[in-house]
Amino acid sequence: MPDAFKKGLRDGVPIFLGYFSVSIAFGVQAAGKGLTPAAAMIMSLTNLTSAGQFAALDVIARAGTLLEMALTTLLINLRYLLMSSALSQRMAPDASLPGRLIASYGVTDEIFGISAARPIPLEWTYMLGAIVMAVPGWVGGTAVGALAGELLPLSVTRALGVALYAMFMGVVLPPTRHNRVLAFLVPLSMLACWAFTRLFPRVPSGYRIIILAVALSGAAAVFFPVREEEGGEDAAAENGRP
Amino acid sequence: MSPYLYILVMAGVTYLVRALPLTLIRRRFKSPFLRSFLYYMPYVTLSVMTFPAILSETGSVISAAVAFMVMIVLSFRTKSLILVAACACAAVFLVELIPGVVPAV
Repeated sequence: MPDAFKKGLRDGVPIFLGYFSVSIAFGVQAAGKGLTPAAAMIMSLTNLTSAGQFAALDVIARAGTLLEMALTTLLINLRYLLMSSALSQRMAPDASLPGRLIASYGVTDEIFGISAARPIPLEWTYMLGAIVMAVPGWVGGTAVGALAGELLPLSVTRALGVALYAMFMGVVLPPTRHNRVLAFLVPLSMLACWAFTRLFPRVPSGYRIIILAVALSGAAAVFFPVREEEGGEDAAAENGRP
Repeated sequence: MSPYLYILVMAGVTYLVRALPLTLIRRRFKSPFLRSFLYYMPYVTLSVMTFPAILSETGSVISAAVAFMVMIVLSFRTKSLILVAACACAAVFLVELIPGVVPAV
């Protein structure tokens, strides 16, 4: 077993926990909107995306058109286009096509987060490890929610739900110690998101993320262009976990 | 309409969005702007996804705020994502045991 795969498995454990609890909520809602447990699980397995799946339940419940479904999914999940582009810069240029196709399936907010923190070149086997660990959490939680959602104590599922955010912070914060732009950019992003949420409460979260990601990363790129060595191996090795 | 038809459409769209850049972009961008943009993007994205969303993710703002602080402190002290996540979960669970933290429904 390659080391990168094992590392992916290990870093996937918090994602498993977070996915399990979030997808319980999804399973409960899917069952409430009339989806069979099997359909809910297949949706989770083939989509692996939280906001997109919750939105899809509404489209199905009101019997929307397939075009509507395609557009809703596209807009909510457009941020994956950005994430996938960022990861394309971290993979070895000669990484195989099958490897890239497999890794693509795992471009979720969370697996993206841990993958972006890997040293360059990012191995697709690392992402496969994270996928193998995390996907059963997402599908399993969906099943539990759809079949027996009411049996679980709310206090436990709520507590598990913050695992995903803990992971985001575990990825984002350590490099801020050595990079002054990031030390400024990370809290600024959070404040900006808070302000945006208050000013435009009706903008769906999918758009909010894209708008802020493009605006703030764009501004940072204009004012603080990354030097060749910073965006490359050195910074990545420093950010990378042993 | 069968729910599976909907699922097929959404799965197709989602996978294309994820796979197109990773399979089509096979070289490093030369543009310093693009390189910098894609370097900063993950940090901004993960930050805006965390805050303020986390505050409404638990039973009370108090437990969420405590968990958030636990994450911040631990992220600087340990390299283990599992440990950060487990402590944050435990913090929510423990804080919500305190009477009055979670408003009665």
